[in-house]
Amino acid sequence: MAQLVCRDLALGYDGKTVAEHISFEVSKGNYLCIVGENGSGKSTLVKTLLHLKRPLSGSLEFGDGLAQNKIGYLPQQTIVQRDFPASVREVVLSGCLNRGGFRPFYNKAEKALAAEAMEKMGITALAGRCYRELSGGQQQRVLLARALCATRELLLLDEPVAGLDPKVTKEMYELIKQLNQEGITIIMVSHDVGAAIRYASHILHVSREPLFFGTTEEYVKTPAGAAFAALGGEQL
Amino acid sequence: MINQILYFFSFPNVQYALIVGILIALCSSLLGVTLVLKRFSFIGDGLSHVAFGALAIAMVLKLTNTMIIVLPVTVLTAILLLRSGQNTKIKGDASLAMISVGSLALGYLIINLFAKSANISGDVCSTLFGSTSILTLKSTDVWICGIMSILVIVLFLVFYRQIFAVTFDENFAAATGVRANLYNLLIAVITAIVIVVAMNLVGSLLISALVIFPALSAMRIFKNFKSVILCSAIISTVAAFLGIVLSIPGQGAPVGSSIVAVNIVFFLIFSLIGRILGGKS
Repeated sequence: MAQLVCRDLALGYDGKTVAEHISFEVSKGNYLCIVGENGSGKSTLVKTLLHLKRPLSGSLEFGDGLAQNKIGYLPQQTIVQRDFPASVREVVLSGCLNRGGFRPFYNKAEKALAAEAMEKMGITALAGRCYRELSGGQQQRVLLARALCATRELLLLDEPVAGLDPKVTKEMYELIKQLNQEGITIIMVSHDVGAAIRYASHILHVSREPLFFGTTEEYVKTPAGAAFAALGGEQL
Repeated sequence: MINQILYFFSFPNVQYALIVGILIALCSSLLGVTLVLKRFSFIGDGLSHVAFGALAIAMVLKLTNTMIIVLPVTVLTAILLLRSGQNTKIKGDASLAMISVGSLALGYLIINLFAKSANISGDVCSTLFGSTSILTLKSTDVWICGIMSILVIVLFLVFYRQIFAVTFDENFAAATGVRANLYNLLIAVITAIVIVVAMNLVGSLLISALVIFPALSAMRIFKNFKSVILCSAIISTVAAFLGIVLSIPGQGAPVGSSIVAVNIVFFLIFSLIGRILGGKS
């Protein structure tokens, strides 16, 4: 059974539709890349998948043991975070909060989980550093570690490489690939169609009708996908 | 001078006032860090003006305990403001300014039209800038302030992790199943309580200073959330103590502005240290 099934979703703000007829499903271990130009409704789709926003119509169902609090999320950076005084450890630990409990501090198991997530992301040495003083790539690793504390089922990544230089971008993609190979389902939103073709197992193209959803092999045979494959997967 | 201060502290009234002053300073500084980081520095200011308006109504109605009207009105406004300000930044800003100035004007109007007090400007001045002497606080005020402050501090400690998560990244918290809206509501309610309580000490115009200065000073030097909170609490407590002591020996220094003045000095010192340590300001 699929972890996430969307049927005929219509998305929008204040009754104005930005995207419609979105149907797709994600099974355990999939690597789905959602591509499309700016303003095509990608961010709205993310908010809907996270239940931060209601769809205008259509249905969105979880299955295969997935629930709302089993989704890890890598958001785009917000203005608040650019001058927020928080150590890396504090940020990563905050991912454990959905485990519940009314204690002012995190317990041993949660601290161990955070330590493991930091180890996996290669940021253990940065644990005491201030989050805002890190480089963009390091900050993304911290947020990824936080997401890993929140779940081991499904990660939703919203433009994970935005603003990173090519070398760090490649490292980030490799890191995500490695997580996927460990069995974590990945849903990544990106406008980097080239990377989507290279790394993803499935692609959902939301920018124009007809929408595309299918495996990456099928995608490169469509006119839009073929154009990108021919270009060698450069950025849109 | 020292003897004079010690003499003043032998009065139970002064002791109570000092304890309450410090408690108020402590809880406003705890909350201040969150408000500053959430870009809500002016919420305190706006709410205090609303509290002033509510207080004017309570004074006209000749209520002995003004808290009955002031607290619920302020809490309600805080909830409405934080809710509307969540995703629409400019709209939230404008509505805050509107409500804040509106209630200040209406409050002053109501007092002048209906209050029968002989000393209207004195009353208004002490609500805007705080009691001129800490001794003018009534004992019921002292008790209510004390209890409210302790309530705020306990709530803050119990929900420390949630407050951090909601402040740092509201969307992530909500997306991973933390009830972010509930904790935003909690922050709104605590803010309102702090404002109403602190109004007795520093007056409604100076509350913002009590909320933002300790947090900003702490952030000049410290770079993780826990140290910022602790440092901010310590700065605020020390500033409140010094401010109250400075205002006691009868030189006519009002409590509220003395505390704020000490806070400004701390801010300058901390900025300087932060710059020397090489922190980017």
